[in-house]
Amino acid sequence: MIEVCGVSHRFGERQVLKDVNLALTERRIGVVGANGSGKSTFARLLNGLLIPDEGRVRVDGIDSRDDVKALRRRVGFVFQNPDNQIVFPVVEEDIAFGLKNAKFPREEIPRRVDAVLERYRLGHLREQATHLLSGGEKQMLALAAVLVMEPRYVVLDEPMTLLDLRNRRLVQEVIRGIEQPIVLVTHEFDHLEELDRVIVFDEGRVIADDTPGAAIRRYVEAMA
Amino acid sequence: MLSLYVPGHSPVHRLPAGVKLLVLAAGSAALFVVPGVAVHAGELLAILVLFHVAGLPWREVLDQLRPALILLVPIFLFHVFATDWVLGLETVLRILVLLFLAVIVTLTTRLSDMIEVLEKAMRPLRLAGINPSKVGMMLSMVIRLIPLMMREAGEILEAQRARGLDRNAIALLVPLLIKALKMADDLSDAMDARGYDPGAVTPFWRGKGTP
Repeated sequence: MIEVCGVSHRFGERQVLKDVNLALTERRIGVVGANGSGKSTFARLLNGLLIPDEGRVRVDGIDSRDDVKALRRRVGFVFQNPDNQIVFPVVEEDIAFGLKNAKFPREEIPRRVDAVLERYRLGHLREQATHLLSGGEKQMLALAAVLVMEPRYVVLDEPMTLLDLRNRRLVQEVIRGIEQPIVLVTHEFDHLEELDRVIVFDEGRVIADDTPGAAIRRYVEAMA
Repeated sequence: MLSLYVPGHSPVHRLPAGVKLLVLAAGSAALFVVPGVAVHAGELLAILVLFHVAGLPWREVLDQLRPALILLVPIFLFHVFATDWVLGLETVLRILVLLFLAVIVTLTTRLSDMIEVLEKAMRPLRLAGINPSKVGMMLSMVIRLIPLMMREAGEILEAQRARGLDRNAIALLVPLLIKALKMADDLSDAMDARGYDPGAVTPFWRGKGTP
């Protein structure tokens, strides 16, 4: 379970999160909010990319202040722009990057890379240069590179924003197939509707935390 | 030139990266110790045979090497007029052997394998406080970021042209630098998120256990 207890965070003078308290227990949770509402900051706190100024973030009891590395191993993070996530110049090398960091046995790395390439239909791009991939292929690679680590939870920060309709559908299909609990930050209502719970952020506060239908209605009202 | 590695399963591809880099280093050094047109011509022929064995795309290789090959003409002509044509031919052959040797190693070796060898070779530098893992990652990131930066520069130039601005170095460099810093920041977040940890390296003069 991911617990967020009394979390506040600021960037310089700007308060981006104010006293957020949440227990993320459902399997598929959506996060929505206007630009600058604090939803991406919230997502980054869950993976330990940010440590809150005040309050605690715990994943299965691990506090991000105490052992951020253990926390990151548990929570995979998919960024909005895959170009900012792909580290290596070749597809299979990039997928292997996280496995090497986690000190997986040398002989197991190719086996895992093969399996994930096959699963996400990237096998034909195995030795392709990452900068030559299309936007959709890059996002699929970014997803595969996170999922190959088999994290306990997956946080996705607007993974479909930069994609065309066809690639959105492909990525959405992959997200639907993720077995782990997910936290999906998105602006897309049709994606939110199929989730178990939706949290709405506005000016750094949670203004709704409900079923998708009720939360989306509250979000639309807040944006009016 | 950035998507350098050409996938394949030839014996040249299968040779360990360390062996290939060693041959490259030793072969390059030997070129300047062992003289003779016939020797260099033989070496060049052997490398061309290896190119064939590795099944590398000739046309693409020659296209990429064209600027370097064009430079060989004035070098040869300089020797013809300043010294003698045999020395000119020997010099040109030396450069060709060097070039093709480097190209065959680059095209048949994965970047990650090369970096791994480099990291191993740099292990003694840990004593001086240099972290080979960080150096390897830095090299890899440079290769990864060059095409991204070129794309960013192209987008900035297009945006400026659309707003009626002609070529202006400052107007290009300032936003490019800002984008580069932002990109570096995002990539460092991504590396953190993916568990990158190069480990700490302590120089010998600080002793073990001190930061």
